[in-house]
Amino acid sequence: MNFELDDVQTLVRDTARRFAQEEVAPLAAEMDKTATFRMELVKQMGELGFMGVAIPEQYGGGGMDYRCYSIVVEELSAVCASTGVVVSAHSSLCCDPIYRFGTEEQKKKYLVPLASGQMLGCLGLTEPQAGTDAGAVRTTAVLDGDEWVLNGTKIFITNGGQAGVAVVIASTDRSAKHRGLSAFIVPADAPGYKVAKEEHKLGIRASSTAELVFEDCRIPKENLLGQPGEGFKIAMQTLDGGRIGIASQAVGIARGAMEQAIAYAKERQQFGQPIANFQAIQWKLADMATEIDAARLLTWRAAWMKDQGFKNYSREAAMAKLFASDVAMKATREAVQVFGGYGYIDEYPVERYYRDAKITEIYEGTSEVQRMVISRALLRD
Amino acid sequence: MKIMVPVRRVPNPDVKVRLKKDGTGIETEGVNFLVNPFDEYAIEEAVRITEKSGGEVFLVSIGGPENEETLRAGLALGAHRAYLVDLGGECYESSGIADILAAVFKQENPDLVILGKQSVDTDNNQAAQMLAAKLGLAQACFAYKVELQDGKAVVQREIDGGLEVKEVELPAVITADLRLNQPRYASLPAIMKAKKKEVKKVTPADLGAEPKNRARVLGLSEPPPRKAGQKVASVDELVDKLVNEAKVL
Amino acid sequence: MAILLIAEMREGEVRHATFPAVTAAKQLAELLGTEFDILLLGKGAQAGAERLKDLGAANVLWSEAEAVAEYTAEAHAQAAADLVNEKGYTAVLAAATTTGKDLMPRLAGLLDAGMVSDAIGFEKGDEGIVYLRPMYAGNAIARVVIDTPIHCLTVRETAFDAATPGAGSAAVAEAPVNVDAGGLKAKFVEYQLTKSERPELTEAKVVVSAGRGVKDAEGVKLIEQLADALGAALGASRAVVDEGLLPNDLQVGQTGKIVAPDLYIACGISGAIQHVAGMKDAKVIVAINKDEEAPIFEVADYGLVDDLFKAVPKLIEKVQAARAS
Repeated sequence: MNFELDDVQTLVRDTARRFAQEEVAPLAAEMDKTATFRMELVKQMGELGFMGVAIPEQYGGGGMDYRCYSIVVEELSAVCASTGVVVSAHSSLCCDPIYRFGTEEQKKKYLVPLASGQMLGCLGLTEPQAGTDAGAVRTTAVLDGDEWVLNGTKIFITNGGQAGVAVVIASTDRSAKHRGLSAFIVPADAPGYKVAKEEHKLGIRASSTAELVFEDCRIPKENLLGQPGEGFKIAMQTLDGGRIGIASQAVGIARGAMEQAIAYAKERQQFGQPIANFQAIQWKLADMATEIDAARLLTWRAAWMKDQGFKNYSREAAMAKLFASDVAMKATREAVQVFGGYGYIDEYPVERYYRDAKITEIYEGTSEVQRMVISRALLRD
Repeated sequence: MKIMVPVRRVPNPDVKVRLKKDGTGIETEGVNFLVNPFDEYAIEEAVRITEKSGGEVFLVSIGGPENEETLRAGLALGAHRAYLVDLGGECYESSGIADILAAVFKQENPDLVILGKQSVDTDNNQAAQMLAAKLGLAQACFAYKVELQDGKAVVQREIDGGLEVKEVELPAVITADLRLNQPRYASLPAIMKAKKKEVKKVTPADLGAEPKNRARVLGLSEPPPRKAGQKVASVDELVDKLVNEAKVL
Repeated sequence: MAILLIAEMREGEVRHATFPAVTAAKQLAELLGTEFDILLLGKGAQAGAERLKDLGAANVLWSEAEAVAEYTAEAHAQAAADLVNEKGYTAVLAAATTTGKDLMPRLAGLLDAGMVSDAIGFEKGDEGIVYLRPMYAGNAIARVVIDTPIHCLTVRETAFDAATPGAGSAAVAEAPVNVDAGGLKAKFVEYQLTKSERPELTEAKVVVSAGRGVKDAEGVKLIEQLADALGAALGASRAVVDEGLLPNDLQVGQTGKIVAPDLYIACGISGAIQHVAGMKDAKVIVAINKDEEAPIFEVADYGLVDDLFKAVPKLIEKVQAARAS
């Protein structure tokens, strides 16, 4: 792995950074306040290839690698964590499984509009009784003639309220538990597909988190993704990739908070000098920078392994997400501290970063689950 | 139509430059270099012209090997190919740059040269006009709008107090101002394609150019700092200070 | 061995920027121990030359020849180059207006001369005249020498006081212009000038500028009202011009207008490096911005942290009241 960005990666970073600063940053506070994502950003980002960074161009994507994907998600998240997760959930959890497990027809029909930003995608995995324990999924899919009929409820679905298509994990054989799970491509306009509820959240408020209800939801037979019974494998591999996305988001949040703190520390005068002159502040900044770099390197390693075609990088993806989310929490907490009282009010964006950071320890596998994944790999055989 | 667009590599203009202690230049350590912002308007205009009515856009960047990055960024905005003129460590001010650009022009014979109106590091605003003079071409600087007609361009120029309309015979030299267009962002596929586009590396000698400097910077120094101001609490206090303290109202 | 100032005309009038440029020419001539001539080209130049004859120049040369009746860089640079070659001027200067910036580098190209843009001062050095000029958005002052026999330069009008009449009487004569109007590759078509009752940005004693914080056309209107209450010129940050809220020639900054009024009021301007480059030489700077950490406060003499939509109406009221009393 090369620690330096090459020419292409540098250009990707510069472009993503500029887009984030010029187009996303001015909307971030407003989107957070109104808890509404501006869908025109999806269209704009689609045109630039950001909605499918690692999807080949022939399928409407950016044709880049996962390292670039990580860079794009970090840059977006550095100004708006909601935008970061909209892109990350869409790319990792919806585009990626269709790209890797879908048929050519499925890719043409669903991946192209997704990766080019014509519509947003989501993954329906979590249920009221099945969060971390994916084997406990209760949503069922039954073949009825030429159609699958889905019944069940999915909760906490990122992008759920605005998605045009969902990859849904459902049981096709309850008795086989997780081996009986299958994956489906479910268009939002399928009969029986309902967005039941939007959640009101502490952070990443601009991104939609919704409850999806399937009531005799009928989709064509050919919308089965992969083979029957492959649902668990698809879900787990998808989450590995997703963790790279969330780790990148966490790095972005942390970096954004640090940059705000640095700028403020240089400006803010106390006792006749900028507070950046005080060691108490300097040490905070030094710790932030060190930890952010470490988190980014872990994240890039996992991305590199995925790019290299490693079959299993669960441990590395879990480490990246575990560490980066922790760094995001610490960095945003310290950034608020650097701002003092101003950090606690919504005149400055750091309080938003602080609220946004928490979710990175929870979604796409809590920190506890990441530790489980890591320790399992350590203790295997 | 064949369009030549010179592009310059400049330190990120949004970050304040730091001068070297000995005043021989600026610190480049840790500085992010970008395509000169006005050159992006020039590239955008050229690319739009060729998108509309065919032809090609070639870029020219003069400097060192690091300018390849600058050129790739420009190619990702839709230009077709590029020249990198490697100075081998030499450095030229605007008139020397114009010497080299004139040599490239003579090799390629483009129908149009579009440049940014000024580079935001040296702020000279000279090379384009000098190039036009050397080549005996017409110039239309600070373009707000360019309309191509048969063998000529009608250009609305930004001038003090409004606009001026000027007609120039092609080939001509045009410089881009802020309102000419809205430069696009490079899309990821465009960045990938840019990687494969031709960047021809040449030296001034290869071009038959004999650039020379006609002016020299002896040194740089910091401008005198402005003395610290004060915060006022209200409009009333502000007006009071402006009237009684600063005496400007 | 004299030097030449190229004065500027538009629509029959000598432009104001010529007068500070005359002061620069006078200073440079004194430093070189020589005298300076003025060249005035265009419709109305003969009458204009009369206005310039008591500013200290030795000769004021004018031409209203067809080829130079309207300004084009092509014709004017050619006419000036011919004159410089004929008379043997060693330096040519003009104000760094949009016209000067268009013309002078072309002239330098024709004369194969070195050029300095935006000179703000001159001094004598070991290698002759050293020109001072800002670079990097005014964050550096460069000391520049020119190595060619003829020196070309534009001078920043805010760095020199306007020349006032009373310094002797120049010989006024028609300049020989032999530019072939038919052979030019460029043609002036028309001006599309913005009509405004307000003073010109670069000449005004007070400038009120609008930044991103004004948000929309309504916000711009508010800033215009403040400008009018103060009898001030209106300026804008690049963001506002980019948004299309105000025209380009009102942009204050590194790549726009450089201003140095007695009072500069920045409303809703964050203070990006490139904006500050255009106004930091104002005598008194006032900043109104709701973001306490905006960099504009670093250069402001008086900073008011407040929402401009609250503060500006109040300020207008105060100013009007003060003017009335």
